[in-house]
Amino acid sequence: MKSLEELAKIRESRREALKIRQGVPSKTEKAHIMMCGGAGCISSKCLDVVEAMKKALNKNGIADQVQIVLTGCMGPCDMGPVAIIYPDATFYRRLKPKDAETIVEEHIMKGNKIRRLMYRAPGSKEPTPKVDDIDLFAKQKKVVLRNNFYIDPTSIEDYIANDGYVALGKALTEMKPEDIIEEVKKSGLRGRGGAGFSTGMKWTFTAAAKGTPKYVVCNGDEGDPGAFMDRSVLEGDPHSIIEGMAICGRAIGAEHGYIYVRAEYPLAIERLDLALQKARENGLLGQNIFSSGFNFDIEIRIGAGAFVCGEETALLTSIEGKRGEPRPRPPFPANEGVWGKPTVLNNVETWANIPEIIRKGAEAYSSVGTEKSKGTKVFALAGRINNTGIIEVPMGTTLREIVYEIGGGIPRKKAFKAVQTGGPSGGCIPAEHLDTPVDYDSLGALGAIMGSGGMIVLDEDTCMVDIAKFFLDFVVDESCGKCSPCRIGTKRMYEILDNISKGKGKEGDIELLEELATTIKATALCGLGQTAPNPVLSTIRYFRHEYEEHIRDRKCTCNVCEFEE
Amino acid sequence: MINLTIDNQKVAVEPGTTILEAAKNTGAKIPTLCYLKDINVVGACRICLVEVEGAKTFIPSCVTPVAEGMVVRTNTPAVIKARKLVLELILSDHPMECLTCLRNQNCELQDLAREFGITEVRFDGAKSEYPIDDSSPAITRDPRKCILCRRCISVCTNVQTVTALCAENRGFETLIAPAFNEKLANMECVQCGQCTLVCPTGAIVERDDTAKVWAAIADPKKHVVVQTAPATRVQLGEALGAEPGSIVTGQMVAGLRRLGFDKVFDTDFAADLTIMEEGNELLQRITTGGTLPMITSCSPGWIKFCEHFYPDLLDNLSTCKSPQQMFGPLVKTYYAQKEGIDPADIYCVSIMPCTAKKYECQRPEMNSSGYQDVDVSLTTRELGRMFRQAGLDVTNLPDEKYDEPLGISTGAGEIFGASGGVMEAALRTVYEVVTGETLENIDFEVCRGITGVKEATVQVGDLSVKVAITNGLGNARKVLDKVRSGEADYHFIEVMACPGGCIGGGGSPIPTNTEVRLKRIEATYTEDERMTLRKSHENPAIIALYDEFLGKPLGHKSHELLHTKYTPRGVNK
Ligand SMILES: Cc1cc2nc3c(=O)[nH]c(=O)nc-3n(C[C@H](O)[C@H](O)[C@H](O)COP(=O)(O)O)c2cc1C
Ligand code: SF4
Ligand code: SF4
Ligand code: SF4
Ligand code: SF4
Ligand code: FES
Repeated sequence: MKSLEELAKIRESRREALKIRQGVPSKTEKAHIMMCGGAGCISSKCLDVVEAMKKALNKNGIADQVQIVLTGCMGPCDMGPVAIIYPDATFYRRLKPKDAETIVEEHIMKGNKIRRLMYRAPGSKEPTPKVDDIDLFAKQKKVVLRNNFYIDPTSIEDYIANDGYVALGKALTEMKPEDIIEEVKKSGLRGRGGAGFSTGMKWTFTAAAKGTPKYVVCNGDEGDPGAFMDRSVLEGDPHSIIEGMAICGRAIGAEHGYIYVRAEYPLAIERLDLALQKARENGLLGQNIFSSGFNFDIEIRIGAGAFVCGEETALLTSIEGKRGEPRPRPPFPANEGVWGKPTVLNNVETWANIPEIIRKGAEAYSSVGTEKSKGTKVFALAGRINNTGIIEVPMGTTLREIVYEIGGGIPRKKAFKAVQTGGPSGGCIPAEHLDTPVDYDSLGALGAIMGSGGMIVLDEDTCMVDIAKFFLDFVVDESCGKCSPCRIGTKRMYEILDNISKGKGKEGDIELLEELATTIKATALCGLGQTAPNPVLSTIRYFRHEYEEHIRDRKCTCNVCEFEE
Repeated sequence: MINLTIDNQKVAVEPGTTILEAAKNTGAKIPTLCYLKDINVVGACRICLVEVEGAKTFIPSCVTPVAEGMVVRTNTPAVIKARKLVLELILSDHPMECLTCLRNQNCELQDLAREFGITEVRFDGAKSEYPIDDSSPAITRDPRKCILCRRCISVCTNVQTVTALCAENRGFETLIAPAFNEKLANMECVQCGQCTLVCPTGAIVERDDTAKVWAAIADPKKHVVVQTAPATRVQLGEALGAEPGSIVTGQMVAGLRRLGFDKVFDTDFAADLTIMEEGNELLQRITTGGTLPMITSCSPGWIKFCEHFYPDLLDNLSTCKSPQQMFGPLVKTYYAQKEGIDPADIYCVSIMPCTAKKYECQRPEMNSSGYQDVDVSLTTRELGRMFRQAGLDVTNLPDEKYDEPLGISTGAGEIFGASGGVMEAALRTVYEVVTGETLENIDFEVCRGITGVKEATVQVGDLSVKVAITNGLGNARKVLDKVRSGEADYHFIEVMACPGGCIGGGGSPIPTNTEVRLKRIEATYTEDERMTLRKSHENPAIIALYDEFLGKPLGHKSHELLHTKYTPRGVNK
């Protein structure tokens, strides 16, 4: 890519071809079928539906007038397979291969939309045909997932048509490195990988660090159980990561990047690989990008899939081909990262925000969100809630809005009990705090964390001792075993919880758990151990009586724990 | 300089200093378990925690560099409570078999438990259960006692560059072991025993062979002779409570007699013999165009290392056996004939600062007398144990002399124990043999000291002899790579597997650290100076040995008894 003009040319021509996805009927094409190819829909067999669609199109001889696009995750995974048909933006759900013919022959060919495949809001008899009118989406704001409804993740032209690589062009041709960092700083963007550290500050430190070459790394390890926010971005919009990283490369003076993805995400790896190839072919990676003298390229590194490899120092060690184990900080990666060189490491979602910040400017970006948490956040909604899946909301949205408006409330008229955020490093927030705005500081104050975006809704049937045990079991397995408090301490906590859950708890166990928990938090080497006790501490904080009941009365009100005689 | 406050005292230290090291200036003693200065700085055990103002967590002092204006507290009640709980957790996964543990009373974990006054462990959950690995002739692993401090990994990987041990599995199942939990005997482990020196607990120890020796002594049919390595006399005292650097030669001899050995001989004698053979071998190689540089072969850990990692350099090794293995066949041939003893009845014990000698003595080729030349090799630590079992207060015994003739030695043999000693001893002899002149100053200071790689050029008559001396296998690698690439033009290289040489061998009393090593080195040269004879070729017993039995250096008999061949082993066979 030599110039902004060249980019604009591609954009304009492709935009023309994609107008249909903006609702503009086309003369040559009847429809674009955007089939969700996210993890949830793949497992509910959307690929079979795609096959059936192709067959139906062929049968009716209109295969050349209809495009089928497998997109990144659209979000409402429990309704999968889902699809959006353009130009009328009709949203269909729970598709079966046998529905394909009906859609093609009725909807596409005759314009008769299929009512039974449409979404119905809870309690409403009338379906909502258009995707934009659906309550579930209305409360959301798509910044990170801006492209998932619209583009083919395997097409760089699609990405460019939606203003892709404009930010990189701007950064390379109109901005000085320090301006880029300043813009990111001003945007208020905080890392989406869990800790919420200011991204601009991180870049500043790395830019200032002595040592060359410098590196840019994307953390795509995503090890939280049940989380797949990053996967949705990697699979649905790989170029947004590449663009974000290249912008950072310019800002800090790095020419080389790594994207670390877990081996369990083969589709993400495939899409990234293709995207990198396309970016290189189009001169958006490589030498002298936008004739600016800036060189940048990216390699993919595949992780062995240990949760701890998502911890930054472990990840960097793993990139070097060694056992992925955390090491003490300092030195921080900004000074000594991969290969001992200054390194910026950011989360997938963090990277996906960067092009938007540069393209629209910090001010526009930071108009969304709260005072100290800017922009949006992607969550994976799961548990006892009607609409599960991926959502993206402005920072500051309340838990109540997420649970009842976007999530559609609790199924089977059960009572809401708590929401667990932050996965194994996070905590539970009970009903009395439902009006808490979701931002880094509010969640932290309640003993939970934003984390990377796991959000599990618990209803009245959920035993809190059991939930704590579930998460602790996970960290006991995933502890790297390097430092004693985490290696042995979490195991001891698990054993105590296990005893409590089997009716073998003793007086003093809760206090011992608390003592262990606070000590492990304050003594463990890395974030895994330092946060591992959170699920236990927060459930004790809000549901101590349940623990007491298990110990004193050998009773599990929720009938989850089975007591041994 | 960086200024900070530690326990309300102002301290100024160099940038990059850790809080732990800085705290030493205030007299505060911060407990440690995984930390080993310069060797293992990993922050794994979390015992050395301190409070740093403004930090959200406790800070591991061993890995955290000081910062300007830092305010550190090393001993608040909160810190002590946290350390104590961490210790309690470690103990909750420990077998607590102190009374039956080789490291009883010499164990850092036990010391800490005592210092913290731990009287109860409140956790009765699972404990790590693993079988003992006693596959190796030299090293025994008991992973149940392992506290996962990783000192062994660091020393084996970074100091010795062998990498026989690594961390496996995750979480509570984490295990420090050879890769894929293979048996140590099947690894490239060179049996150097450096891991046993650094292990804070009894998880990696020397294989204890004392029972075999007691049994031999108890057997009336056996004529039990013992040889003591050069380094043992400057080490043994420590194993019995004396200060590092104590010299206990005469007392050790007296003690060995009291244990019931029939003859107490000296490996120093065999060291003198080594010089005769090796010195001549060097001259022969130089004059007849043999493979150069010639590399010493007295360190069996080094030999195994070379066989695994530098099999292409085996021809560079001197064919001389180590002093231990020169001594063995001589006892069972020369000495047996002289005294009219059936060699089948002779039981040859060696006392070594070394674990690799246990491995060496059972190598199949080490039977040139027709019997296993050295029946069992004990470390200095094991000898200390035997003395304690026997209730012998060795350090207070009167001095006694070694038996003749294999107990007669020179200062040249004695300095074999320190890095550079073999080189210096060889130079003392080679110089006089080549020039026919008496060497004025026999102290080759350039050879001495603990520096990893020492180089020198020594004028021997018309010959400028270029030498290199290395200790620690990582340092050996540096020189060997140069030899391999043809970059080096040395004539003679001394390699000792262990840092500091044999005085820092894997069978040494614990602790063995740089400070202790330096004291033992000093004692070694003191002992050398005390000797009337300080050149190997002047040893009358050696002269007699050649006259009566061997003929001449490198002669037929020498070849049969004193020289050996090596086996290319390679890696991951
Ligand atoms: C145990 C553990 C696991 C982690 N896993 C991830 C992960 O899967 N993805 C991620 O982006 N960050 C993860 N992190 C956080 C990273 O260490 C790091 O803070 C983050 O990638 C920095 O990027 P950010 O500033 O953009 O958030 C993990 C941290 C810990 C302690
Ligand atoms: S806290 Fe846990 S995961 Fe982190 S270094 Fe310690 S043992 Fe490993
Ligand atoms: S290793 Fe130490 S603490 Fe453990 S049993 Fe042996 S002496 Fe006791
Ligand atoms: S004996 Fe030496 S080579 Fe073997 S494991 Fe120990 S340190 Fe490594
Ligand atoms: S064997 Fe010893 S040195 Fe090695 S990790 Fe275990 S306790 Fe530490
Ligand atoms: S001594 Fe510092 S963490 Fe082990």
